[in-house]
Order: sequence, then structure tokens, then C-alpha cells
Amino acid sequence: MFPAPPTFEDLNVWAALPVIILSLWASVLLVADRFINNKFYVAAYSLLGVGISLVIALFQAGDLFDIGESGTAFEGMFMADQFTYVVNIVALISAAIGILISYEYLERTKLDRGEYYILLMFSAAGAMLMGSSNNLSMIFISLELLSIPLYILSGIRRPQEESEESAMKYFLLGAFSSSFLVYGIALVFGAAGSLDLGEIVVVAQTISEQEATQRYLLLIGAGLITVGLGFKVAAVPFHMWTPDVYQGAPTPVTAYMSSVAKVGGFAAFLRVLVTGLPIIAEGGDAAVWVDTLQILAALTLLLGNLVAIMQYDLKRLLAYSSIAHAGYILIALAAGGVPGVGDSAAQAALVYLAAYAFTNIGAFAVVAAIEKDDSTGTTMDDIKGLAVKRPWLAGAMSVFMFSLTGIPLTAGFIGKFWVFRAAMDAGLEPLAVLGVLTSAISAFYYVRVVWNMYFETGDAVVPERQQYLTSGLVITAAGTLILGLLPFILENLVRDASLAILR
Amino acid sequence: MLESSPVAIELYVLLSAVLFVMGTLGVLLRRNAILIFMSIELMLNSANLALVAFARQWNTIDGHLMVFFVITVAAAEVAVGLALIVAIYRTKKSISIDDLHKFEG
Repeated sequence: MFPAPPTFEDLNVWAALPVIILSLWASVLLVADRFINNKFYVAAYSLLGVGISLVIALFQAGDLFDIGESGTAFEGMFMADQFTYVVNIVALISAAIGILISYEYLERTKLDRGEYYILLMFSAAGAMLMGSSNNLSMIFISLELLSIPLYILSGIRRPQEESEESAMKYFLLGAFSSSFLVYGIALVFGAAGSLDLGEIVVVAQTISEQEATQRYLLLIGAGLITVGLGFKVAAVPFHMWTPDVYQGAPTPVTAYMSSVAKVGGFAAFLRVLVTGLPIIAEGGDAAVWVDTLQILAALTLLLGNLVAIMQYDLKRLLAYSSIAHAGYILIALAAGGVPGVGDSAAQAALVYLAAYAFTNIGAFAVVAAIEKDDSTGTTMDDIKGLAVKRPWLAGAMSVFMFSLTGIPLTAGFIGKFWVFRAAMDAGLEPLAVLGVLTSAISAFYYVRVVWNMYFETGDAVVPERQQYLTSGLVITAAGTLILGLLPFILENLVRDASLAILR
Repeated sequence: MLESSPVAIELYVLLSAVLFVMGTLGVLLRRNAILIFMSIELMLNSANLALVAFARQWNTIDGHLMVFFVITVAAAEVAVGLALIVAIYRTKKSISIDDLHKFEG
């Protein structure tokens, strides 16, 4: 006879409750949207769904209630551990703030369509799944679940040319990078005979010097996966799409996408490299990919920060700044390949991502607040004299700029501190020094924004106050300051995050 | 009678690698959005070929399952991609990526 089908307990279904609720909620809303004429309610219901999911994710992370056991779920496809929970929280908070800052922008640019919020929820679900993937096929599917809604969102302002171009570029390069990822997965599968990260790690560790074919398949596969995910997180030299896409997409979409795509991309990066391929036998201790990632990190830091200096448009400036910040997280990733540092590097990456998510969404939200209805008014000249007209807006922007620079008492400083500490632990001092130097360079263009707001005179014409956007700004600014002033919040959250395989 | 001998796995992987490189070159060299898109599909399908070949080699079903997912996702990408191409054509009357030059710097 047939074996008994697995029960809910066998599958450990409840461990995946936040992402299940979010995707079901979005699916129901997709149909219900047809019958809701006032799109305010679609936004409100989306926010409610994200909120419910966030509450459960917080319970899971804080061990307050026993919702699903930690460990694998769905026959080893899904991994529920502290790393997953933290990624869930960051992705869900990004989604909630993304919805808050979008509503009025969409209304005043005549874009108030319900599917906007639903696509936003689906891509948040994709980012959450990327953090909990324990199987290469899951990584691929969740990456697409993250990306495809973002392609649509960046083009949602059609027939405006900028938006369409941005969607087109994002789509073509995104699909191009996915095919690298799939081919990499195929080669790793060829070497290991399994798509399960737990089984791949065993093969990768026991592979011997003689099995040249398997070793090279694994190496090339890991390389192609790095290319594929490198595109998603905008690491140099795979960053070409970033400035154009970020500048052309509607500003709230840019805000959301710049943080959630990085969260998802880096979560998958950490899962694949630190959990699945910590060692690719090359006779030595360190994984071969550490050197590659060091080079990527150094290039990303230098290019992102240096090109950002020359930018005149704020969205483009923040796009290059987001490339630069990918570089800092790549430092943590490179450190993760050094034996014994894997967990603390993963924690550093999580802290950095959390700090970055708050700060970056906030910075883009300020740009959304000052942007005019015809999507102009986002240049360096347009913020001159903003401090006189809208002191609170200018104050919030200053907080975000200081946090992106990494000035103490802001979240950005905590993130940089963790990353540089992980790099020192791993013995990657040159990279840590480069990180500090490029932070100093970055101060130049971030402070110039603050300078323009406070010490230049100009007649900034700013759209009216927008209450939901303001509440999003209050949350992000408060989050940036609180995470910076009370670093133990993040420390407690990520303390148990580990990428070692649970057995 | 022809002797039927099994085709070595290396040949399948070699063919898939050739297709993958052709697809990559197509993406880099072509200027028409639809042709770039077709090249991307070629890359995805070369990965599918490698996946089924390896799945036969390892005698496991994982690779086959992955192929189905890749096909499904590719279909979803086609839906979004073609819609975007149509939208761009309506605004610009061109689908050459050389005409995408709104941004600079």
C-alpha cells in the first residue's frame, strides 16, 4: 500500500506561517480588488495583512509563542531558524513602510491601482522565502517571486517613458541574471547530485583532490550563482542596470525595491555560500569564493562611492549609494567564508541589512515627498532651502544621510561596526580599512545633501504635506535613531542567527 | 541494425554549455528586445538540458522537477516581458534597446 501522507506536524507547516499568511492574503486580495472601488481600502487591507504576518514573525523571532518548530519544514525545502525570522521581519517592515509611503504618491500621480499593493506583497513573500530556502530550486523560485512583481512595479507608471524604460532594463537584465543562476544551479546539481543545501554541503566537504570534474563543476556552478545573485544585489561589475532602473521607477517603488531586493538577494547569497558551499575543497581551509567576493566587495565599494560624488539627481545619487552599500554587505559575505566566522558574518550582514532597510527607504521617501507630480524636482537644486520651508522633512533627511554615512548614534553606524568587526575577525583587515576609507569618501556626497538643505538658499517648491507618507517617515527616522541609540535590540534579535545546518 | 549505445553525459553538458554561450552572446550582441528575450530563453533551456542530463546520471528526480519549475517561471517571465515590450512599442514605436536612452550620467 501507499505510505501514509505526511501530516501537518511532519511538514512543520506552522513554521512558515508568516509567509503563508502573506501570500494567501495577497492572493485573496487580488480577487477582492475587483470589487473594491476605493483603492484606499486595498492599501489598508494590504497593510493589515503585512501587519498580521509581521506580528507572527515577531512572535517567532522572540520565542514568545511556540509557532512551529525551528528546523526544516516541507520535507527539507524550507528552513525556519533565527536567520529566517530576522529576514522575515526586515522584509515585512520594508513592505509595510513601502505601502505607507506609496498611497499618496500613487493618488497624486493618478496611479491608484489595487494591484500595486498586491504585487508589493508578493515580492515581500519572495524575499522572505529567499531567506528560508534550504534547496536550490526554492532559491530560484523565490528569487523570481521577488523579481517579477518588481519588474511590473517599476513599469507601473506607463506610458511615462522613464518608467517603461526602467522596467524594460530591469526585466532584461534580471531575466539574464536568472539564467546565470539557473545554469549555476544545474552545474552544482551535476556535481552534488542533489539540490538540497544540506546534502550539497556534505559533497562539497568530502570531495577529494582526484575528482577534478566534480570540483570544477562545483566551482563554475558557484561562480555562476554568484553572478546571478550579484546582479540582484547590484554588486559591481553587475550593477549597470541599477542607476537607470532606480531613477526611472516611481520613487516609492525604488524605495521599496532598493531595500527588499537587497534583503532577499543577500539572504539567498548567505544561504547558498555559507550554508551550502562553505568549503569547496581546494586543499585549503578557506573557501575559494572568499577571494572572489573580496574583489567584488572592493570594486563595489570604490565604484559606488566614487561615482555617487558626481551625481546631481537625488534618486541617481541614492542608486549609487545603494551600490556602495551592497559593497559593505559583501565584506560581511567574504568574511563568512572564513572558517569559524560564518555565523558572526551572517549576523553582521543581517544587522547591516536591517539598518540599511530603515535608512534607505526613509531617504527615498523624502525624495518621494519632494517630488512633483510630473516626476521632476528630485535634483540637488530642488532641496536648496528645504530646511526653511519644511524643517521636519529636512531633519529626517539629515538623519538618513548621517546614517548612510555611518555616523555614531544612527543605525548605519551599528551596521558598519558589525561588518567591520566581522571582517577583522576573519582576518580581512585590508577590506575593513577600505570600507572605512570609502565611508569617509561617502561623507562628502551625503553631507552635501545636508548642506544644500540647510545652508543654501533656494525656493524649493514642495508638494503639500502627505499624512501617510509622513507616518512612514516618522517610523523610518525613529527606527534609524532607535536602532542606533539602543544597539542591543538588533544584537538580541540576531544573536541566535546561525547558518549551520540544523540536524 | 544500428548499435544503440548510450550518449555520454559529457556530450549533453557540452551541448548545453555551447547553447548557453550562444544565448549569452545573443543577449550581448543583439539590439532588438524580442531577440534578446529569445536569447535569454535559450540560456534557460540550455540549463534545462544540463539539469535533465545530470538527473539521468544521478538517477534522481530532483533535476526533472527543477526543469518544470524553470519552464513555469520562464512562462511567467514571457507574460511580463512581452507586455512590457508591447507597452514600450506603443510609446516609442521601436523595440530596439538603443532607443532606451532617457538617462545619462
